[in-house]
Amino acid sequence: MALITTTKGDMDDSLLEHKTGQIDNDIEFTTWDEYYLDGELVHRSAHVILKQSPFTALEAATLG
Amino acid sequence: MANTQSMCTSFLGQLLSAGHNFASNNVARTINTADTFKAALYVTTATLNASTTTYSSTNEVTGTNYTAGGVTVTNATNPTSTNTSTTAGVGYWTPSASIVFSNVTLSTAFDTMLLYNSSQSNAAVAVYTFGSQTITAGNFTLTMPSNTSTTALVRLQTT
Repeated sequence: MALITTTKGDMDDSLLEHKTGQIDNDIEFTTWDEYYLDGELVHRSAHVILKQSPFTALEAATLG
Repeated sequence: MANTQSMCTSFLGQLLSAGHNFASNNVARTINTADTFKAALYVTTATLNASTTTYSSTNEVTGTNYTAGGVTVTNATNPTSTNTSTTAGVGYWTPSASIVFSNVTLSTAFDTMLLYNSSQSNAAVAVYTFGSQTITAGNFTLTMPSNTSTTALVRLQTT
């Protein structure tokens, strides 16, 4: 058993329906956890792991 | 409208005039206190991109336990630079801890984090996008990429 923070206060996870999901692509690996009470979403957390970031290429001009 | 992942162009110009200090031991300027960098979240209908110059609360997320301006980024690791060949190299930096928004409710879908320098008039550094999210009485965690020459969060490289 674990306590889950919800819109209705902390609740025992055994009372809730638990759903998970994920995105996995070149930019991110993301997971989320959703908890429902009688069909109502009462908790949703997400965790994004950034894989790729923008970078800037620098260049020295050619002289002459 | 949409957000676009990119380095902020104004950031590039500011680097050439020492407008940002990511390091706690800046030997070039003998400034041994790094600037404070922050991370703010933006809704999917915002239009952050390379043209973004400063932090703005316009289209920033709002919700329970989220403070406008976002959170301070943990910066315990100084920037690193390394040669990748005789003609090329890379300088890079990554926050030293995950960026966490704790026990928040963010009901409007968001997909973007702006990294900006709150010590230097909130000057924008870079825009990072990810899949659209909402949070309900939960945590939103952004785990940083590995701080390497090919994956770091901020990379400036010659090719």
